[in-house]
Amino acid sequence: MTAGVAASSRRVSASRSVQMRAEALAGYAFATPALFLIILLLIAPIMVVFLMSLTDYQLGALKWSWVGLGNYSDLFADRIFLRSLGNTFIYVAIVVPGSVIFGLFIAILVQERTTSKAIYQTIFFLPVTTTLIAMSVVWHFLLNPSLGPLSSLSRAMGLGEFDVFGDPDLVLFGLAVIGIWQLVGFNMILFLAGLTAIPRDLYDAADIDGADGAWDRFARVTWPMLGPTTLFVVVTTTITAFRVFDTVAVITRGNPMGRSDVLLYTLYKVGFQDFNIGPASAMTIAFLVFVLVVALVQAFVIDRRTHY
Amino acid sequence: MARAPIRTDRLIGAIAAHFFLILGAAFMLLPFVWMLLTSIRPASEVFTAGFNPIPSSFAGVTNYSEALTKSPLLQFMWNGVVVCFGILAVQLLFAIPAGYALAKLSFRAQPLIFALVLFGLTVPVQVTALPIYIALANLNLLNTYFAIMLPFFLSVFGIFLFRQFFKSFPQEIIHAARLDGFTELEIILRIITPSAMPAIAAFAVFSVTSHWNDLYWPLIVTTSADHATPPLGMMIFRDQETGSNFGALMAGAAIITAPLIVVFLIAQRQFVRGITMTGVK
Repeated sequence: MTAGVAASSRRVSASRSVQMRAEALAGYAFATPALFLIILLLIAPIMVVFLMSLTDYQLGALKWSWVGLGNYSDLFADRIFLRSLGNTFIYVAIVVPGSVIFGLFIAILVQERTTSKAIYQTIFFLPVTTTLIAMSVVWHFLLNPSLGPLSSLSRAMGLGEFDVFGDPDLVLFGLAVIGIWQLVGFNMILFLAGLTAIPRDLYDAADIDGADGAWDRFARVTWPMLGPTTLFVVVTTTITAFRVFDTVAVITRGNPMGRSDVLLYTLYKVGFQDFNIGPASAMTIAFLVFVLVVALVQAFVIDRRTHY
Repeated sequence: MARAPIRTDRLIGAIAAHFFLILGAAFMLLPFVWMLLTSIRPASEVFTAGFNPIPSSFAGVTNYSEALTKSPLLQFMWNGVVVCFGILAVQLLFAIPAGYALAKLSFRAQPLIFALVLFGLTVPVQVTALPIYIALANLNLLNTYFAIMLPFFLSVFGIFLFRQFFKSFPQEIIHAARLDGFTELEIILRIITPSAMPAIAAFAVFSVTSHWNDLYWPLIVTTSADHATPPLGMMIFRDQETGSNFGALMAGAAIITAPLIVVFLIAQRQFVRGITMTGVK
């Protein structure tokens, strides 16, 4: 009797271990192709870029040598790189608050609509999906100082012409307006998802506590409850804005006087037009470090916040 | 008596909300409207029109046919279709099995692979561009569809999305299928993949949009119009026009943006689901 039970349980555990082995085998079979791509297209290129950042390699050159951290120290003495970095930070500093505040504002207004909610949502989201290159060409035309409608409107109002993309002091602001135009709808969607997750009874409770104005409800319930969403939106917007490239490549190409040189555009010029692989690799690593730092901050702070 | 002021409050609030929303919507739509208006405007009027929204006569046929004949716009769009669907097919082929393995099968390397996927989520394509470009140049593969697609065959975002989606798939159904003699491959093909249709739709919309719109990588690996994707084509078109014919240029922009706008209007729910599925949770 006991021997029989033992034997059958041995059989069960044997079949379970067979099952586990089959499962592990299947796991490797299904994950290995993806792992192969991860190594080929992600890990190996990052390692190669790091190694190249320590050399003076030029594309097509037969000879190259190690230069240690020379490319990095050159980078931080390079006027064009520092200028691009500064311009990128200014751009981020306009686009992030602009698109986050407007995104939240529009989400709150849209959330309370009933019949018109879907229409507004569609309109505000439209720029997120449309080809930014084509729309940049349109924006360039809209803001053209002699042919654009906005300029002739300001002429008609006696304000004179304005040339947003030709004015060194306005160019980043002009690009930032396009950046905000493109990102507001995306942020609105994220905030809408956050807003629907706020339990209705919190507003009722705040009501009983005497918070009846729209501002009161926002300050006491909406804003605190949206904390994690807001943080997430700020981080994704920061990373997106930091990667600004399309509008610069189409509209300004870094002009006027380098006032719209941004990090990725400079990286593109150094790496893929001048083929200065060493400096471009160092720039790539600096870019990666920045993105990773932002991601780490996000992981850290979100963990803290959500566990209260 | 006590109710009336609340109701007028509400009304004023609603009017104010619509006021701001309509103002914002007008700003959002301004480039689209101006693009369409200019695309049907006679060339002579573009230079004198100023802020005059309504074209004096309809020149849409001239502008659109000029856009289509002066530049291989249809070729650019076809290239976009080939590239987007090529990328999507390979991404799904790799990401669905990997997502299933990471969600439902236990094996030693699983946590490591998942950690690599999470790491990959934070790495933008510009980071790996240099070495992949050099490799393609050495293999003489620049200016090919393959070169435009290669870096995107791996979608760690796709693997992550499918892993999250499969996590909530009931384990009992998989057990029952195994007892019925299904192999793991049959489970993926006949049970898991059909169940994942909402996730596949959301991912497909996300993937096609981002690769249809991508400029950075195609700009690096293609120099000819033969393989240029729509954004690159738009730049080529713009540069050969050099400001001479804004009507045709806007017609070209309208043609290039039209497919995605149509996709978006049809699949809006998938767009939004794709963002919220990975965004907030």
